[in-house]
Amino acid sequence: MSDEIRLIEVKEEIFADNRKVADDLRASLQKEKTFLLNLMASPGSGKTSLIVKTIAGLSSEIRLGVIEADIDSMVDAETVVKAGVPAVQLRTGGFCHVDASMVNKGLEGLAVEDLDLVILENVGNLVCPAEFDTGAHKNAMILSVPEGDDKPLKYPLMFSICDVLIVNKLDYMEFSDFNLEKMRERVLRLNPDIKIIPVSCRTGEGIENWLEWLRLVSGQFAVGSGR
Amino acid sequence: MHELPVIEKILKVVLAHAAKHRVKRVVAIHLEVGELSDLEEQWMQHYFDHLSKGSRAEKARLVIERIPARLQCAQCHETFLFVTVSDEGNVCPVCAATDCRLIAGQGYFIKNLEAL
Ligand SMILES: Nc1nc2c(ncn2[C@@H]2O[C@H](COP(=O)(O)OP(=O)(O)OP(=O)(O)O)[C@@H](O)[C@H]2O)c(=O)[nH]1
Ligand SMILES: [Mg+2]
Ligand SMILES: [Zn+2]
Repeated sequence: MSDEIRLIEVKEEIFADNRKVADDLRASLQKEKTFLLNLMASPGSGKTSLIVKTIAGLSSEIRLGVIEADIDSMVDAETVVKAGVPAVQLRTGGFCHVDASMVNKGLEGLAVEDLDLVILENVGNLVCPAEFDTGAHKNAMILSVPEGDDKPLKYPLMFSICDVLIVNKLDYMEFSDFNLEKMRERVLRLNPDIKIIPVSCRTGEGIENWLEWLRLVSGQFAVGSGR
Repeated sequence: MHELPVIEKILKVVLAHAAKHRVKRVVAIHLEVGELSDLEEQWMQHYFDHLSKGSRAEKARLVIERIPARLQCAQCHETFLFVTVSDEGNVCPVCAATDCRLIAGQGYFIKNLEAL
């Protein structure tokens, strides 16, 4: 009887297939000249508010669509549609993150060929979404002032995978001990390439800087746009 | 928080290898998990026990090795251990630069199986 224990080599990355789906999605969207932005943040940090501001600022020049993944409620999708752009609500079934095949599903509900930019409002949490490639061309995150300037210390992975960090609720600064310089230093120790943009969705302060960044990155795919 | 989808994937990969190698029973599964990946080892085993019932991997033990997070200096490219939750750490030990990239400490990797 050969009841001896055998060692079988596996050597497989668990998320390798998600990465493959994500890479394919990125490539096919690029071919369609549709830019996908993955927006991540804690609940209530201002994701939907920033999307609404973005629609107000860009929808006359860029054709926008939105995928809402935040919990199974239509509230955010309805807000976005009211702001005047197509939106789909993903059924995440209580999932803590969005992966690339879920994004593929969501995109089926949008006429991607007619869109220049799709923003994915990811599930509100600074932990899980950082581990899943969504197929986005850029990752963005929001940290809002009331959350505190120590978040880069507590959620290093999220800060390390983002291309841009929007610091929202600047208008709240006077009620808070949030130290922007200190936060900046903490973030750069994890990710020296990240672009940091302080804004207030309430007062509109800094929103133009955000729109400028978004125009620049999403314009990469547009041909003959003069950019 | 996402132990469940991770375990579903692990089980799928493990059962595929178990079938390919015609094993009777999987006894242990050796995993590498990044230190910064958010998961509870107890919950992983719990979910695994539940999902693997009736399969060749039923009662297999998850042996999890946490892989430490590492930074790379953006100036001189030295790599060093990431010190979690600290303002004093994360300084390049060679050139004292503070702009660093996180280069390791995330992800899930199945190394091998022990099987009968
Ligand atoms: N003071 C202040 N409040 C803001 C600002 N931006 C958003 N808010 C408020 O913060 C609350 C949450 O904003 P949302 O845009 O819904 O945030 P969210 O991240 O989409 O929230 P969830 O989808 O529920 O996780 C709302 O009451 C907003 O009015 C800001 O710049 N300043
Ligand atoms: Mg929202
Ligand atoms: Zn160095």
